Amino acid sequence: MTAPLYGLVLAGGRSSRMGRDKAALEFDGRTQLARAFDLLAPLTKRCFVSVREDQRSDPLRAGYPQVVDRPDVPPGPAGGILAAQHAHPGVAWLVLACDLPRLDAATLQHLIARRDPARAATAFRSSHDGLPEPLCAIWEPATAAALAAALRAGIHCPRKFLLQSDTLLLDQLREDTLDNVNTPAELARLGGGKVSADERELTVQYFALLREQAGQREETVRTRAGTPRELYAELSARHGFSLGPEHLKVAVNTEFSDWSRPLSAGDAVVFIPPVAGG
Amino acid sequence: MSAFRFSHSPIDAVPLRAELIDPHCGGFAAFEGWVRDHNEGQKVTRLDYEAFEALGVREGERIIAEARQRFGVERILCVHRLGSLDLTDVAVWVGAASAHRDEAFRACRYVIDEVKHRVPIWKKEHYVSGDSGWVNCERCAAHAGDADLETGHAHHHHDHA
Repeated sequence: MTAPLYGLVLAGGRSSRMGRDKAALEFDGRTQLARAFDLLAPLTKRCFVSVREDQRSDPLRAGYPQVVDRPDVPPGPAGGILAAQHAHPGVAWLVLACDLPRLDAATLQHLIARRDPARAATAFRSSHDGLPEPLCAIWEPATAAALAAALRAGIHCPRKFLLQSDTLLLDQLREDTLDNVNTPAELARLGGGKVSADERELTVQYFALLREQAGQREETVRTRAGTPRELYAELSARHGFSLGPEHLKVAVNTEFSDWSRPLSAGDAVVFIPPVAGG
Repeated sequence: MSAFRFSHSPIDAVPLRAELIDPHCGGFAAFEGWVRDHNEGQKVTRLDYEAFEALGVREGERIIAEARQRFGVERILCVHRLGSLDLTDVAVWVGAASAHRDEAFRACRYVIDEVKHRVPIWKKEHYVSGDSGWVNCERCAAHAGDADLETGHAHHHHDHA
């Protein structure tokens, strides 16, 4: 039987070569994390962001369903995958790095369409060296025990792990779709790089339970939050809202909006708790 | 006037019904939602309704436009009450008039069902016990409290009913 497919965006890296948080880098006005999550979530049954323990309440990451690294596993992509397999056993994971600015939905759809659940994994063959690309790949449940053993044996490289596993390798649709960015020079070549926007002033209106918990009907906020998702995480930390973003809808300028829509100065934002008319 | 409205004073059905009268129509169906004295095992004494009115009117008008198109019913009106309501007060009124009864019934049913799910209106119930709670919110908040995203409680989805 084919295991259900969950999504995992890896956003726990230290971005040491970039010198700043890769997940927060913006291309076309959206962070790499938001872009990766929004590509993956509609294609998977449930979708999570892999984070380190100390990143749980980071505003960029706090608004997403998270899988947190385990203290007994060394940090890194393989550790993130293992943490997801432990937290939700028996499912397959489409694992995605958050630093693939050229990745598109067609590539993910191709991977899912060609998935062979009888193999350990389904991955693309690197257009550079012919080796498996482990961070845009489907990891079947069968890899869980072997990955734990590999980590215990000191094998931390997910590429090496897939190379030694029964991995179905697919050719990429275009050769640059999985090019990642690790250095400021690579980033500049792709035309991205703004880390996060300047502070801007927004108005937020509260209703019902959120109004009571915020203790006000409306406030003006100065924030670096680039999207409603980031803004809710920031305001939730300030006001102690009991509702998670998964229970809310959001409106910007009196129209229902996407959680990842870029916010501009002067926008009026309303977070909408579960409704109960009639 | 908009076909979807909020009212801060008690709803009077008589003039609303009169707005829909049309010599072309042979059938009229109306639905009224009333404040009742119980919900989910609790004894209710009164309700407060509030709404994000600007977006609520837009969404309500979209629902009515959908009903017109689906059922071919031109004359539809919906009014939702806001503020503090006592038992038996009218919380919402929907009316639909059309050439024949079937479309009128169906349009009326469609509008009330969609309004309950989509229009940003919130209801706070006050109970005999002295407690109160926002309907559909407290349950989520209770779950959010122990929402350990790793154990899966957070995929508790409700339907925004």
